[in-house]
This record gives sequence, structure tokens and C-alpha cells, in this order.
Amino acid sequence: MMRLLPWAYLIVAFVFIYLPVASLVLFSFQDGGLPVPPFEGPSLRWYADILSDGDVMAALGNSLLVAAGSAALACALGFLAAYGLARHVLPGSALIRGLLIAPLTVSYLIVGLGLLIVIQRTGLGLSLMTAGIGHVVINLPLCFAIIYASMGAQQQNAERAARDLGADEFRVITLVTIPMLAPAIAAAFFLSVTLSWDEFIISFLLTRFDVTLPVEIWSMLRSGLSPRLNAIGSLVFLVSVTAVLILEIFVFRKNRS
Amino acid sequence: MTAPVSIRSVSHTFGDFQALSDVSLEIGAGEYVTLLGPSGCGKTTLLSVLGGFIDPTAGEVLIDGRDMTRVAPAKRPTTTMFQDYALFPHMSLRDNVAFGLRMGGMGRAARYEVAHEMLDLVGLAHAAATRPHALSGGQRQRVALARALAVKPDVLLLDEPLGALDLKLRRAMQDELKAIQRRVGTTFVHVTHDQEEAMAIADRIVVMNAGRIEDEGPPARIYREPATLFAADFMGEMNHIPARSDGSVVTTSFGPLPGLRAARGDAVLCIRPEALRSGEGALSFGPGEIKVSAFFGTYTRVQVVPEAAPDLVLTAHLPPSEMPEPGSRLTLSADAPAFSLFPTGN
Repeated sequence: MMRLLPWAYLIVAFVFIYLPVASLVLFSFQDGGLPVPPFEGPSLRWYADILSDGDVMAALGNSLLVAAGSAALACALGFLAAYGLARHVLPGSALIRGLLIAPLTVSYLIVGLGLLIVIQRTGLGLSLMTAGIGHVVINLPLCFAIIYASMGAQQQNAERAARDLGADEFRVITLVTIPMLAPAIAAAFFLSVTLSWDEFIISFLLTRFDVTLPVEIWSMLRSGLSPRLNAIGSLVFLVSVTAVLILEIFVFRKNRS
Repeated sequence: MTAPVSIRSVSHTFGDFQALSDVSLEIGAGEYVTLLGPSGCGKTTLLSVLGGFIDPTAGEVLIDGRDMTRVAPAKRPTTTMFQDYALFPHMSLRDNVAFGLRMGGMGRAARYEVAHEMLDLVGLAHAAATRPHALSGGQRQRVALARALAVKPDVLLLDEPLGALDLKLRRAMQDELKAIQRRVGTTFVHVTHDQEEAMAIADRIVVMNAGRIEDEGPPARIYREPATLFAADFMGEMNHIPARSDGSVVTTSFGPLPGLRAARGDAVLCIRPEALRSGEGALSFGPGEIKVSAFFGTYTRVQVVPEAAPDLVLTAHLPPSEMPEPGSRLTLSADAPAFSLFPTGN
């Protein structure tokens, strides 16, 4: 009995976590017009419906663009900040580190509102780019923290050796530092992609005509429940799972061996 | 490639800590020099000054007659073999060894050829395509050596290169390092705190303490006739016998010492354990009681409290054929050339 208890607990916990996702995926195959029991089907008609919907596909493309672009920028900036702070003695570096990480503690709503006010003031105009800037703001602290934490003495000594062997700073960074930090940089990148991919509030506040997928889903929700939404949700989930799997297989696995 | 090194009045401070005080040293082209001393004596700081990783507070460093004091490590004719080897984990051994040549702009085929030669020199040519994580500590050390030598430096700096190896491997690598140095002819400057390693490997030992050079010279001279009490103690076990000089004759508890002179005042007479033997000699320490007697294979180590000076314990290494019992009496003596006498300042 006592040996079964932990297993029962584990199963209950996983059911609690995954039941909503499982029901979402299940009713995306619903043949009827409402994603509620009883289950009729399976049918791929709602997938066919959304894949031929130009607005949804455009939003999907926008989301991928914003996720990849903002993640790449956040990684690049996070790496440079981490490299500077880990390799050079700067006045007030503890404060700079703190300020770089602080945005993690600010809610997305506040970040989004703040950016909205600033962007309205500057007259920049809302677009995918402004949403991307918002995502850089929320992902940069994470990228910085992940990359900074993995910069150890081992890299530092290898950089020293490279410099001793005649490498200039550019080649030290590109040939030694970045390859040695590749697992951390990739982890930061994929984490940023998944966070940006799912993010709603900032995208909602900072986009106008071109919207990201979560914003598109939200506007579809206003006209009521439909298995179309389940189908989109399942696709979104599939993309996130793929990103996590890529991370697991190519980054963490390689790192362990 | 090889070049002489000239260190002139180099001083360096870290905050309040004086790491090097007015150090001057001449190193000949092709010489194998070890910097020997305890932790914090400044030996690694001096090596970093030679490698260009530290700008000294004062003084200058000349390599092959050219002032290198403020030249960046990349632009110096030196390479460093780091204590933790600092190999590039994401590159094959071949790419590791060829890295310096790649930085120098050599083409892929040419640099791989040199890399193979260097890997062959250290006996790892068969593993050229593997990554460093597959290697043992001794093998990584060889790769680091090959990488540092591949760019044909004038001076190779070795920072405690054998520190992470076990004793047996360390002794084997000492011989190999020395043989490779003889073959390539490069000037080697090797930092260590292990006096046996220094003696086994060096043409010349530089003993350092508290940021200064205590003594420098061939291993045998430093061991037998150290210039300072610190060098005497650091090079191996030493018996200390208090002595006193009245300006012409040096006296200890065992009577006047023949043939030694020292300025008036207190002094300490030093004698190595293996210079003591049983029986009477030029300087006799008289009969004493054996406290400890232990067999060490190549010698028997005894500790004797002489009757003439009951506060002293004399340690002697006797031939292994002699195995006196603890508690029995033994007369120890030595011959005059085995002594060193250092004034203690008051």
C-alpha cells in the first residue's frame, strides 16, 4: 500500500497537469460543431479548416517570426552582457546584474503597458516589431541569467590560452567562447522561442493589424467556442513540444555525454 | 626557436600585497629553468609577467633583447602551458594543436601537418581526431604541450604542469618533458612547488620566497650549498644546530667547528640527514639515544637525541644495512664540506 501511494500521487499529479491539454487535443478531432462531449469523430475537418484560413496562417507565420527574431536578439544581447560582466571588472557590476535580471519580477501586463505608453509617445506605431521588442524585454533577463551562470573558470582559461596562441578578441569569442557556451546559448534561445510563442498580453497590447497567433485565437474566442480553436491550440502545443524536444535531444543530451 | 630572457628589477603588487619585489633574472637561450617555491612566493606571478598576463608595477622583461614588458600575450614569442591544460573541449586534438597556427594564418593542410608532427612528438598522433574529454590527465597534458609548442615559441612557460598528475605519472612526465625540451631546444620556464621535480628536470633552479629570489643555480649546488636558510630548508630535510661565532671561531653545543668562519653573532649550522653517519668523523655529535628508527628501503631513517644537546633531535639517513634499535646509543658525525652555516641576525 505504502509503495503504491507515491505512484498514485504521481499519476494524479500528471492527470491534473495534462487533462486540459489532452481534452483540447481530443476535441480538436471532433466531427461536430462544438468541442464538448460526447466525442464524435475522429475527423480532421477542423485542421483542414484552419490550415486553409489565411488569417490564422498569417498569424502563425507572424508568431514564428516574432519568436525567432526576438529570441535571437535577446540571446545576442544576453550573451554580450554576460560576457562583459563575467570577463571584465566593471564599477557597480552587482547593480548592473541586478538591473538586468529585475524585469523578470515585473508582470508582463506592466511591461506591456509601459512599452505601449512609450511607443505611443514616440509615435513609432504598433506592429510586429513593437511586439518583438516587448518579447526581447521579457526574455533578455532569462537569456542573460542562463548564459551568465554557465560562464565558468574553464571557459576563462580556454580564452586565456586562445589569446596566448595569438587569437584576437573577435576570434576568442567566435572560436572559443561561443562554441563552449553553445549548450547554454541554445537553451536560452529555445526557452525564449517558447515563451515568445505563447505570450499573449504584450502581443495583444503592442500589435495592431498584423497579430500573433495567441492574439488571433483570442479574437476568434470572442465569437464562441469552436473545435477550430482546439485544432489551433493543438498545433501551438505541437510546436512548443517540438522546441522542447529539440532542446532536449540536441543540447542537453550532447552536454551530458 | 629559442631566445634568452632577461628580467630586470620586476616588482608587482596586488593591492597591498607585494607579490614580486625587485626580481632580476637572466635566462639563457635553450635553458630549462624552474621557479621553485611555496604557495604565494610569487613564482606564478613572475610566470604571468613573462607570459604577458600581468603588467608588472615596475621593471622590464626582455625576450631576445626586445622589450616585451607591455606586449600582449598574443604578440609575444611565448606560449603558456596552463595548470588545468585549458584545452578547447569542442575541438579535436588536431584542431587544438593547430589553433595557434590557424591564428597565425597558416592554411589548413599545412597546419594539420605540423599538428600531426607535434602530436607525434608527444605520442598521440593516433588520437588526432578525438576530443579532449576522451583523454586521461596525462594525455591532456601532452596535448597542451603539443599545442603550446606547435607555434614554435621562443620561450615556453609551464605553470605547475604536472600538479594534477599522480606521483608515478608525474615522474614519467618529468623525464619526457626534459627529453622534449632537449629535442626542440626552446627555452622552458617551469613553475613548481615540488623540489624533487625541480631537481629532476631543471638545468637551473630559482628558489623564490615572499616575492624575492632566494637562490639560483644548478640543482646539485643549491641542494648541497644553498645560499640562504630558506633555500636550504625548501630543497629538502635539514638538521638545524644552533651555533655562535665570536668572529673567528664558530662554536656549537658539540664544541668548536673546524674550518668555518662567520661574522660575530648567532648562527645556525645546517646539515642534510644523509650527510650524517654513524661513528666518529671530522665533526662528532657524540653519543645519543635513538628515539625512532625506520626502514625506508634505500636508507634507514633514525632520530637521535644527542647527550651534549638534549633539546636537539638529529635526523640521519643511514645505509639500509644499518638498523639500530630505538633506545640504543649511537654516535653520529659528519665531514666538514657537508655543512652550511647561516647567520640568524642577532
